[in-house]
Amino acid sequence: MERTAVRGRLTWQVATVASVRTETDSVRTLGLEVPGWPGHRAGQHLDVRLTAEDGYRAERSYSIATAGGEPVAITVERLDDGEVSPYLTGELRAGDQLELRGPIGRWFVWDPSDGGPLLLVAGGSGVVPLRAILRHRQRSGSNVPVRLLYSSRTLADVIYHRELDQYRGGAQVSYTLTRSQPPGWTGYSGRVDAAMLAEIAWPASQHPLAFVCGPTSFVEAVAEQLVALGYPAGRVKTERFGGT
Amino acid sequence: MSSPVSRGFRHLRRPSAGQEGRVPPGQYVTQGFPVLSAGPTPRTPLPEWTFSIRQDGDTLTSWTWQEFQRLPAATVTADIHCVTRWTKLDTVWRGVSMDTLLEHVEHDDPYVLAFCDGGYTSNLPVKDVTGGQAWVAFDYGGQPLESEHGGPARLLVPHLYFWKSAKWVRGLELRARDEPGFWESHGYHIYGDPWKEQRYAGD
Repeated sequence: MERTAVRGRLTWQVATVASVRTETDSVRTLGLEVPGWPGHRAGQHLDVRLTAEDGYRAERSYSIATAGGEPVAITVERLDDGEVSPYLTGELRAGDQLELRGPIGRWFVWDPSDGGPLLLVAGGSGVVPLRAILRHRQRSGSNVPVRLLYSSRTLADVIYHRELDQYRGGAQVSYTLTRSQPPGWTGYSGRVDAAMLAEIAWPASQHPLAFVCGPTSFVEAVAEQLVALGYPAGRVKTERFGGT
Repeated sequence: MSSPVSRGFRHLRRPSAGQEGRVPPGQYVTQGFPVLSAGPTPRTPLPEWTFSIRQDGDTLTSWTWQEFQRLPAATVTADIHCVTRWTKLDTVWRGVSMDTLLEHVEHDDPYVLAFCDGGYTSNLPVKDVTGGQAWVAFDYGGQPLESEHGGPARLLVPHLYFWKSAKWVRGLELRARDEPGFWESHGYHIYGDPWKEQRYAGD
């Protein structure tokens, strides 16, 4: 059953940047103050619209980084050939305003009642909506077991590192570093592959629910491997970005 | 409502000469071919592939892959517009016109629901898939359509947002009423006109 009531048109609202937090050299989290925000579900996204002095406008979608009930935040990675992300990660300051509308999407979302066990697989900034799911699980006191496998290029590229390291008990976080590993690294190395997933993924017999988010090639590979491990396609939800 | 101006925000991607009027509002032109899909990519072997037209649970007509390849095909050059904001100009496809397919059935239903491998569906008015506006495409850029882009065959309905060009399509169900398909049930617009920015439900 659809739990989000059908609303009217999503209208553009003016939001104020409440906080700017540096996550990595190329990633920032923007805390946003949005009067009248209707609330959101973990995994949803929103649209941002910027207007230049000459009236030119650009719109982009970003995953919401926070659990429902928390203030809205987005985590943005700077794409060097991008138009909007260099502005959001470079120019924007606390107190600045921008327009947004949302929340959007009713597929790549998780609530405790959706159950698990949960397998989250993130590539790069694909961790953002999965972090929202982890926070939502934590805040709601859910005991659904969850495992996150998070692939980054280097240790310095890991977003939310300190926060993710604090998960204990039913929430287990594993990292793999694809480009370089610091001395003494005890996590995984290299791209997520069948062997890594076979170790970390819940057995298909436990009826797990998987969420995979990252660049297209990453998502294609991981989703295919999960199907090979016996996950029904309908239990593997994917979201992709990039490719332009 | 007047929009706040983003101090220091400059545009890089204004449409170049010859592109004006071809890029719908809120879109930008990409040279790449990004992918939007909700789950793993289905892979149906061609010997198992069929394309069917159904009505009220009955299959009115059906083609195997070989039979489908013998239908008259057309080369189509079109601009495509994804709801995630990329627009790709002058894409070249080869496929069978929906007019050709629908000639094989007699009906007066005003809607179709495209059904696909992986359980996806998308709803369309018949008037939007007839009159030389829609195809079932199996080649892209002169090559067989790759599975991550919807191969072996996908709908091509370029005047609507590209999720309406359902990937991995296996047939059409004729419908008396318009009922939302997969993305349309998950927050996206029931019709999806990019020139009216009908991205989300209610737009």
